Amino acid sequence: MGELAEPFDMALPSFMKHVGILERTGLIRSRKSGRIRTCTLEQKNLAAAERWFADQRATWASRYQNLDGLLEKLTGEDRGS
Amino acid sequence: MAAELQFEFDVDKEKNSIIVKREFAAGRRLVWDCHTKRELLDQWFAPKPLTTRTKHMEFKQGGYWHYAMITPDGQAFWNRLDYQAINPIDGYAALDGFCDETGTVNPDMPRSRWDVSFTDAKERTLVTTVVLYNSADDVQKAIDMGLKDGMASTLERLDELLDAIGATAEQV
Repeated sequence: MGELAEPFDMALPSFMKHVGILERTGLIRSRKSGRIRTCTLEQKNLAAAERWFADQRATWASRYQNLDGLLEKLTGEDRGS
Repeated sequence: MAAELQFEFDVDKEKNSIIVKREFAAGRRLVWDCHTKRELLDQWFAPKPLTTRTKHMEFKQGGYWHYAMITPDGQAFWNRLDYQAINPIDGYAALDGFCDETGTVNPDMPRSRWDVSFTDAKERTLVTTVVLYNSADDVQKAIDMGLKDGMASTLERLDELLDAIGATAEQV
């Protein structure tokens, strides 16, 4: 864990908190052996989460493009009448 | 259409939330109407190539919107949005959820809370949506469900498609 935290400009307890969040969301797994805790990436879950977030982004982007079109139509009608 | 309408999509894993910000080239009243009237929602809410069909809409506190997003081959994904608080035309809060055709919410699925706010941005309107899940567990359930229910595959290449459309729009 200390090795993992080293490149970050962050106190170890804060770092542990971030790692805890990643672990709770299933993005990493950690195992304790004696005084040493080792982290592994859950590649599959990480990929699934990334994909889901990308899907969510795509959903919002697409529906909002539809709304642009509708607003354009509605404001066009306003000006027309 | 102005090309540089602001769009931000952020994930806050620590707060189990998604924040979406988007500008629209119209006044706040009209943008509000598009979010709150069934005949207007039906014209835009589902992402392409899906279409929206409202079965029930009562836009008031305690009321709900029950709608389906329908694929080109006729598969329907039913959702329900329960309105918890409404402040015309500043914002509303609602509880999102997966349900069936009768409107019965799937109890195994997490519900997210939507906080949607509308603010003036010069002659445009900025819409901010915060989608908040109760816990990291709930986010995980939504991810598992999202990858299973078939909607994801329908949307899979949408990002690329949107990029292509965006590139075309910029050239015009």
